[in-house]
Amino acid sequence: MSDPIPMVDYLVLGSDPHLVANECGSCGARFFDRRNACASCGAVGSFAQVDIPTTGEVRAFTIVKSWTGGDDYVPAVVDCGGTSVRGQIVNTPPDPEHVSLGMKVRLTTYSIGADSTGTEAITYGFEPV
Amino acid sequence: MANDDIWILGINMTKFGKHPTLDVVDLAADAALAALADGGVTIQDMGVLAAGNLMGAAAGLGQQLQKQIGQTGIPVYNVANACATGATALRTVIMAVKSGECDMGLAVGVEKLSGAGMLGAGFGAAKSEEWTRSGRHGTVSGFEGKLGTDMMPGVFAQVGMEYLHAHPYDGAEFELFARISQKNHFNSTMNPLAAITKDMSVEQIMNEPMIAYPNTRAMCSANSDGAAAAVVVSGAKLRTLSTEQQRRAVKVSASVLTSDPYQEACQILPDVNTLTRRAAIQAYEAAGIGPDDLDLVELHDCFATAELVHYDNLMLCPEGDAVAWFEAGNAHRDGSTPVNVSGGLESKGHPIAATGIANIWEICHHLRGEAGARQIPDAKVGLAHVIGLGSACGVHIMERSGL
Repeated sequence: MSDPIPMVDYLVLGSDPHLVANECGSCGARFFDRRNACASCGAVGSFAQVDIPTTGEVRAFTIVKSWTGGDDYVPAVVDCGGTSVRGQIVNTPPDPEHVSLGMKVRLTTYSIGADSTGTEAITYGFEPV
Repeated sequence: MANDDIWILGINMTKFGKHPTLDVVDLAADAALAALADGGVTIQDMGVLAAGNLMGAAAGLGQQLQKQIGQTGIPVYNVANACATGATALRTVIMAVKSGECDMGLAVGVEKLSGAGMLGAGFGAAKSEEWTRSGRHGTVSGFEGKLGTDMMPGVFAQVGMEYLHAHPYDGAEFELFARISQKNHFNSTMNPLAAITKDMSVEQIMNEPMIAYPNTRAMCSANSDGAAAAVVVSGAKLRTLSTEQQRRAVKVSASVLTSDPYQEACQILPDVNTLTRRAAIQAYEAAGIGPDDLDLVELHDCFATAELVHYDNLMLCPEGDAVAWFEAGNAHRDGSTPVNVSGGLESKGHPIAATGIANIWEICHHLRGEAGARQIPDAKVGLAHVIGLGSACGVHIMERSGL
């Protein structure tokens, strides 16, 4: 069995799981996807990888009613020290009594399953602090 | 009417709802022929055609439509711009007429969406035997339910919630959005062309099946079939037409299309605010009209959570004050700036490419004094707004002819 792999390129696993972003060397805008150039200033080819803080504050959320038979889930926008991150609120019941705007959260990781070789894929979420 | 003014000469929308026996070309033809008849002109008079059908964008609706209503050899622009497709088609014709290439043109938008379910889901391909990275995030699985949502009800739920975080609200957020929805469902009872015309109480709306908190089913736009079409004419040409045509023509005082300028977080959650505000500012400036002058507004309430933020983006209220502005009754039929008197997308329906022309039809209907039971008395000026994710925003300001 091989080591687990992250669900997305911008999640770094290991003893200190965290997210990384591509930061524009010209204007500082941060992106989580593969870049051709900077959408903010148009600069080309000067991106540096930067670590994103693992704690933050919920700036927006919704609770999606599952229609595939699974659990309801809580997509959210989390402000991690000035960088907005997309993710889900986990490890708390998916209802408005347990999730609120401004709530303090921290990054956590969990498995979304294993493939035929037994390799697990790991995603991230945010849990209440 | 100045030579280079732009006017709507004829306009029509089909009933929105289920049309099981009509295909997109039938619906588009119905709206197009009715818009031409409304304007007292024919397809032979048109110098340009712009057509949109988002779900069939590759099929070339414009030429398909010509093959039914008239192959006159004019230039056709098939346009696709998400939920702003209809407004984009209209604006394409307006630009052609304004450029002087022709003096009359036809814009058409149509969609068949009955039973389409939730749009935007990205569950990804079926799980392969081995994890394989794909896409610009190198993901091994679809994002949906694992890293947030791309389904529209949840995306726009977050848009509304984000507003309440930026401008903290002490009341019950769920009920607030349900009250916005209640206003629109009540309005729909006076609109015979709306897909759903059922008055619903706030409690009924809150007790509907939850889709994406705080949006219940009644707070989501209704997927439906429908088409809308408009005939655009230059001021110079309009002066040569009959007094009756001139009387019923509606002036397009501003036609603006924007895309979203970069903002921190705009690639995390679509920013529907900045491009709407920019479009509104440009439109008010072009028209020489301010938000206080508007007699009615049709704005893009694809979800109840979206309507709230656009009160602010369109500057109908002081910045940050959308909740208080709504709670004071300003957006209601009898308020200072009635919003979505058609019933809005939550009840009128949202056949995507038709929406951005149908909202213009609603405004024209009132400015011509032809809106029947839901007529806003003595309406002189109206604004229509649409937004498509990705994003594109269309804002049009219309004025009655005054003849």
